[in-house]
Formats: sequence, structure tokens, C-alpha cells
Amino acid sequence: MAYFIQQLINGLTLGAIYGLIAIGYTMVYGIIGMINFAHGEIYMIGAFVSVVTYLILSALGLGYVPLVLLVMLMTSMLFTSVYGWSIERVAYRPLRGAPKLAALISAIGMSIALQNYVQLTQGARVKALAPVISGGITLMESDGFTVHLSYLQMFICVLTVVLMVGFSFLIDKTSLGRQQRACEQDRTMASLVGVNVDRTISMTFVMGAALAAVAGMMVTLYYGVVDFYIGFVAGMKAFTAAVLGGIGSLPGAMLGGVLIGLIEAFWSAYFTIEYKDVAAFSILVLVLIFRPTGLLGKPEIEKV
Amino acid sequence: MLKIEGVHTFYGKIEALKGVDVNINAGEIVTLIGANGAGKSTLLMTVFGKPQARSGRVLFEGQDITRVPAHEIVRLGIAQSPEGRRIFARMTVYENLQMGCLPTDGSHFEDDVRMVFDLFPRLEERRNQRGGTLSGGEQQMLAIGRALMSRPRLLLLDEPSLGLAPLVVRQIFEIIKKINEAGVTVFLVEQNAFHALKLAHRGYVMVNGNITLSGTGRELLDNPEIRAAYLEGGH
Repeated sequence: MAYFIQQLINGLTLGAIYGLIAIGYTMVYGIIGMINFAHGEIYMIGAFVSVVTYLILSALGLGYVPLVLLVMLMTSMLFTSVYGWSIERVAYRPLRGAPKLAALISAIGMSIALQNYVQLTQGARVKALAPVISGGITLMESDGFTVHLSYLQMFICVLTVVLMVGFSFLIDKTSLGRQQRACEQDRTMASLVGVNVDRTISMTFVMGAALAAVAGMMVTLYYGVVDFYIGFVAGMKAFTAAVLGGIGSLPGAMLGGVLIGLIEAFWSAYFTIEYKDVAAFSILVLVLIFRPTGLLGKPEIEKV
Repeated sequence: MLKIEGVHTFYGKIEALKGVDVNINAGEIVTLIGANGAGKSTLLMTVFGKPQARSGRVLFEGQDITRVPAHEIVRLGIAQSPEGRRIFARMTVYENLQMGCLPTDGSHFEDDVRMVFDLFPRLEERRNQRGGTLSGGEQQMLAIGRALMSRPRLLLLDEPSLGLAPLVVRQIFEIIKKINEAGVTVFLVEQNAFHALKLAHRGYVMVNGNITLSGTGRELLDNPEIRAAYLEGGH
């Protein structure tokens, strides 16, 4: 039982991170109907920026943890926003009218280019980070196993919930959110009522990138290591999460992320850790066979 | 108010508009009638640059808007209820109206919603229902209401009677008249030539991307060619 709860905690933490990345995939898909394969790289850049920021801050002698975290968060969000905005501008907007496949290939090219760029400028070696948030609490003890909830895990889960609530509010209740939904549903009509479609699409990339930066920072803190390749694997997982939850659906992306995190954690705990990705992707295949639109993606029935 | 001068519009290689001239004066209801595929909807969309005219000009109150982006045109005071209504299906009626007020600074929002609900009480009953679940007539009301929310001086309406029961059609036409009486200039594209010409001050007839006839509503109604082509047989 204790072991089970421990895995649940681990899985939820991991799932929160996947979910934050998955939102970027699902939002971009929703608005321009394209998978932004460079999104994993945005997350990786977010992780790198947070490491670099941390190193600069500690070189400056700044050690107050909440402030360090805040600065790390802000800097990585700022940088990834610029990257997200530029990627759309450079690689996707010129192809807006072109066949979908062209934009997809452009996205894959962008992903490889960013990976190599980080590899060249930051080096191929793994960068390590000393734990910033350490310690935690012991929840329970039974059968000689202690359930441990670290402060870092709490931080990750709480921050994710806060971001999700804020984000849902933004999409559901604000004018920007409505403009995004309008572009998602009918881009031409959106422009007829006065939505600046190009700007709204840019904003979508910026928002997705900012959330990916948060995920990048969390992973940096959680695992303590980053390298130029982490974007690919995490990107695939988060993309899977978005499809699992129903691509285009925000709650779906979060649910998909949490499910993938849980599947990985439990599979690693009870079966073989080597096959955890196989397990996650197999579940995806099974879900798609029985629910092709994903768990929360409903085909909309509209009267004509 | 709106001047369309020698406009040619293409879809790829197909020339949909072949040099169209239309002139709409402030305060008028002007109708454009013609068969399916004549290019009527294309003309309305060309006003918003979707697609842009390849040659010719569109002038609104003297300003050349041929190359102005659509989201800025609506801010100049033109609104459109387009072909197929294009309601935001996964937004509520209220949210659709909120979208409509985007070009304004939002300070008149409550008054304008009230005005739309007074014109179309049905929309008030359905205010929290998703656009996609409305009936055809309700969607048409919402499309017009959404267009009015931007406080336009010129309203472009594309076949508001399409697919509606005769009683609803009559209601919609009465409301168009009311809107015009409130000071909004109306450019009405219709297949329902009889109702449209009766309502309009002036009319144009479009055939295969050309304007072939124009005149006052009365003149066109009495024109034997028009009678034979558009009015007899069920209208």
C-alpha cells in the first residue's frame, strides 16, 4: 500500500510536467491544425535557460530560494516565449497557405535545428544542477516502507494546479481566450468580426512556450540534469499525452499527461523499467483503437 | 458610402467577378439578386478582402479599403453576416455576441446586447446555449445580432432567408427594415428576389460575375425579364 502511494505521488509529479508540455501541442493543434514538433525543443531550451539562470544567480551570491525560483521561472518563460514567437514567424507563418505536410516538415526541421544549436552552444555533455529545493515530509510508514513527499514534488504539483486554473480562466473568460477559440473554430469569420488572426496565433505559441518553460524548469529541479536531447523524448511523451486526452482539448492534455505519468511510474515500479515507454505507447494505441478522438475529445455534432 | 469599382476577383484561375461596379449610398437598403453561383457572396467577401480583388477598387466613405486587412475593415464600420451564417458553434450565444463587439471599446456592450435581445427575444432565451445547437433561424438571428454588436454603419447580409420557414423569413425582413430605419445602411444579397426587391430601395442583378441590371426595387420587380428569371415559379 505504501509503495503504491509512493508511486502515485511520483506518477502525478511526472504527469504534471508532461501535462504542461502537452498543452502547448494541443493549443497549437487546435488553432492551426498542425503538430508543432519543435515544441519539445522549446521545453528543452526552457530547461537550459533555467540552469544557466541558476548558475548566474549563485555566482552572484543570491541564495534565497523563493527568489531564485521566481527569477528562474521568469527568465525561462521570457526566453521560450521569444523562441516560440520566432519559430511561428520564421517556420510556420510563411507556410500558412501551403499543404499541411510542408508545415510538418518545417516543424521537424526546426526541431533538429534547435537541438543542434543548443548542442553547439552549450555542449553535448549533460549539465548537472545541485538540488535547489531539498527535504520533504514523511506521509506514512508501513510494511517497512516509508512514503515520502518531497517539497519539490509539492512545489511542482501546486504550481501546475495554479497554472491550470489560471490558464482555464484565461481561455474561458477573457477576450484573448475567446479570440483564440474563435480562430480555432473559424479563422475567416474570426477576422470578419475583428480578430487579428496572425497576432492571436502568435500569442498561442507564446503561451504554449511559456508553459513548456515551466515544465523545463521543473524537470531541471526534479532530475537535476539536462542535455540537448531531453526535448525529443519529453516531446514525444507530451504529444502522446495530448493525443491520449483528445488533441485540441485543454483538460484532455492535462488528463493525458497525468495518465502517461502514472502509467510510467506504476509500470516501472511493478514491472520492468526498461519497458515503461512501451507501456505508455501501448495504452495510447489501445485508447485510440476504441476512442479515436482521445479520452476527452468529442466529435462535435452541429446542426447545419 | 460603399463604392465598388471595376472589381475582378479570382479563385485560382477561375474569374468569379468580372468587373463589378456597385454603389451604395448612406441610409439605403440595396439588394443584390442573382442565381446560385453568380458571384454574390464572393462580392461581399471581396469587400473584406477575402479573397482580395485582383484589380479594381473598393472604397468605403472615400477610403480605399481594397488591401486593408479584414480585422481593420470591421473597425471602420462595416459588418457582415456571411454566407452560411458562420456562427462560432462551440461558443454560447452570449459569447458569440461578445465576439461581435470586439471592434468597439466595449463600453456600450450591455446596451448593445439589450438591443440585440430586444430585436431577437429568442436569442435571450438561448443566451447560454452553444451556437451549434441553435436552429437555422436562430443562427441567422445570431449572425445578424453578432454583426450589429460592432455598431456598423454598413451591414452586409448574405442570404438571411436561406433555409428558413416563410414565417421566419418575414420576421427577418421586418427586422432588416427596422435596422435600416435605425440608421444602418444595408447591402442585402438574396436569392429570395421578391422579398428583397420589395424591401430594398435599389437593386442590382448579377449573372455569372457581371452586373446585368440595376434600378429601384420597384423597377426591377416590374421588369419582365426579372419576373421570368427570378420571380415566377414559387417565390
